[in-house]
Amino acid sequence: MEKFTVHTGTAVPLRRTDVDTDQIIPARFCASTRRTGHADALFADWRAGSGFVLDRPERAGASVLVAGQDFGTGSSREYAVWALRDFGFRAVLAPRFGDIFRGNALMNGLLTVVVPAETVERLWELTENDPRIGVTVDLERREVRCAGLVQAFDIDPEVRRRLLGGLDAIADTLRHEADIARYEAGRRPALPVTRPAVTVAS
Amino acid sequence: MGRTLAQKTWDAHVVRHSGDGDDLLYIDLQLLHEVNTPQAFDRLRAAGRTVRRPDLTVGTEDHNTPTLALDRVIKDREGRRQAELMRSNCAEFGIPLHRFGDRDQGIVHVIAPELGLVRPGMTVVCCDSHTTTLGAFGALAFGIGSSQVEHVLATQTLPMRPLRQMSVTVDGVLPTGVSAKDLVLALIAEVGTAGGQGHVIEYRGEAVRALSMEARMTLCNMSVEAGSRAGTVAPDETTFAYLARCPGMPRGAEWEREVAYWRALAGDADARFDKAVTLDARTLSPYVSWGTNPAQSVPLDGRVPAPCDFAPGTQRDAARRALAYMDLEPGTALRDVAVDTVFLGSCTNGRIEDLRAAADVLRGRKVADGLHMMIVPGSARVRRQAVEEGLDRVFAEAGADFRAGAGCSMCAALNEDRLLPGQRAASTNNRNFEGRQGRGSRTHIVSPAVAAATAVTGRLSSPTDL
Repeated sequence: MEKFTVHTGTAVPLRRTDVDTDQIIPARFCASTRRTGHADALFADWRAGSGFVLDRPERAGASVLVAGQDFGTGSSREYAVWALRDFGFRAVLAPRFGDIFRGNALMNGLLTVVVPAETVERLWELTENDPRIGVTVDLERREVRCAGLVQAFDIDPEVRRRLLGGLDAIADTLRHEADIARYEAGRRPALPVTRPAVTVAS
Repeated sequence: MGRTLAQKTWDAHVVRHSGDGDDLLYIDLQLLHEVNTPQAFDRLRAAGRTVRRPDLTVGTEDHNTPTLALDRVIKDREGRRQAELMRSNCAEFGIPLHRFGDRDQGIVHVIAPELGLVRPGMTVVCCDSHTTTLGAFGALAFGIGSSQVEHVLATQTLPMRPLRQMSVTVDGVLPTGVSAKDLVLALIAEVGTAGGQGHVIEYRGEAVRALSMEARMTLCNMSVEAGSRAGTVAPDETTFAYLARCPGMPRGAEWEREVAYWRALAGDADARFDKAVTLDARTLSPYVSWGTNPAQSVPLDGRVPAPCDFAPGTQRDAARRALAYMDLEPGTALRDVAVDTVFLGSCTNGRIEDLRAAADVLRGRKVADGLHMMIVPGSARVRRQAVEEGLDRVFAEAGADFRAGAGCSMCAALNEDRLLPGQRAASTNNRNFEGRQGRGSRTHIVSPAVAAATAVTGRLSSPTDL
């Protein structure tokens, strides 16, 4: 996974609340069998209208998305995260996120930062007034900086550790394979199986 | 300090605690469907890893499956490719798969209980947010993304941060004609789409105890629409009676041992909830959504709200947007809203009791002229049972379109069953998001009984209106 330490980029102010993953990427684009190639599908239905903020020329190359309350709710589709990454986003700032979306983002090196609604409002103003203004998302110091604004944010230490190191979560877990095998040996025998058991090669 | 049902299940699955407060949880069952999974298998292969426990994994085809006939192929080339990869991946790694056309195929959350694979105190995951459905059995069941699917395939575990606990207590008895669907819509309207965020909800109280297993599944299914990670109901006699009829259950002394274990999972009297909500069942009536998220719901007896009913700022803006998208005038009585399509099905309401509830309304009545009522069974087994009970004849005589194939159909709108732009549906699904049932579609979430009554009148209605 790509590391995340400190990122500075221009922003897209998305003045919307309740942005469910069906809006981030409509279902008809989820028939793909790949993790990449989803940039054009990002917010496809909103972009079909005229002048949606994402496609304005002054937003070209933006890498920080600033959204309203409840971003990434609804369906568990990881396509939503892939589409955001494919489009060039490295971080999304919002007052609250859908739980599954946050988990998916973490697995793909997309940083989700919870910031107060007032800070979102302030960032919307700053980035609307000056589309080229830089927004810095500093995971090391756990703060967002833009012009004179400095906003500290909280983040799960485990999540931070994984993003800073660009760690492969599976490799991380497999270091504890002996613990997993020990747990398995003690599982209750009446638990259901979907087919005759297999011998786990350890 | 006592532990809740969900905490006891959690505790029993901790493989190890990490220093930073995450727990590595063992997963008892992973369900797979054809969307979102090819990417997980590709990565697994690329990393030279294998599926640790194919015997704790099962696949089905549901999102893309056609419904018109069992011999149809998926029209969409990409969707067909997903199904092909599902078959080749499951074959390669030895994972049992219930393919389209098979006896036990259907929506993941419908077939897993039918196959007896979901039991109290288990951890269950699936790459689908409505996995919360399976908490109805007293399991800890939640949706995950593709990368987490890969993690579970490779390790049979997931690193998770402990969840907060939320209780939803429903006192009293639900009035006649008010279903679990109405109850859960009322709850979401009350707490909002993030009311349960970061929590696992435990549904309790007299009204919940009185619900059948299928109704509990409907209730837990919609937990995710309140933002919660999972929803649970403590196992009781209703649970055990349902399980006793499922295939693959232990028998005799082993069954008794299991039941004793399940009973002990009930939350301790002194367990602490971080959040508590109480509803009075007696005050509830049929509910219907008017907007573009499930929290934007009101009693069917009510009217479409106005933007000024909401707090200024984002709330009001969201209401204004929803009204514009739904093409509704504030103050309109919900009963005056005409629809052109009625969809009965989905992992929320595609089970036999849902079909019976609709058939009871349709018996001896006709679907309104020009209206299309589509009924899609949640599984092949549900369809067989509906035919055995003669429900197919009731639907045919009423002029409803009872489909041959089981699957998600118009709820996810990934197959060919989609609304056209501007079409309006009363739907027993779980989401009324913009474009959810097809680009430009407008959805009103309803219960099966309301769906059937609406099909008869052509306007949002409850059976008492007929």
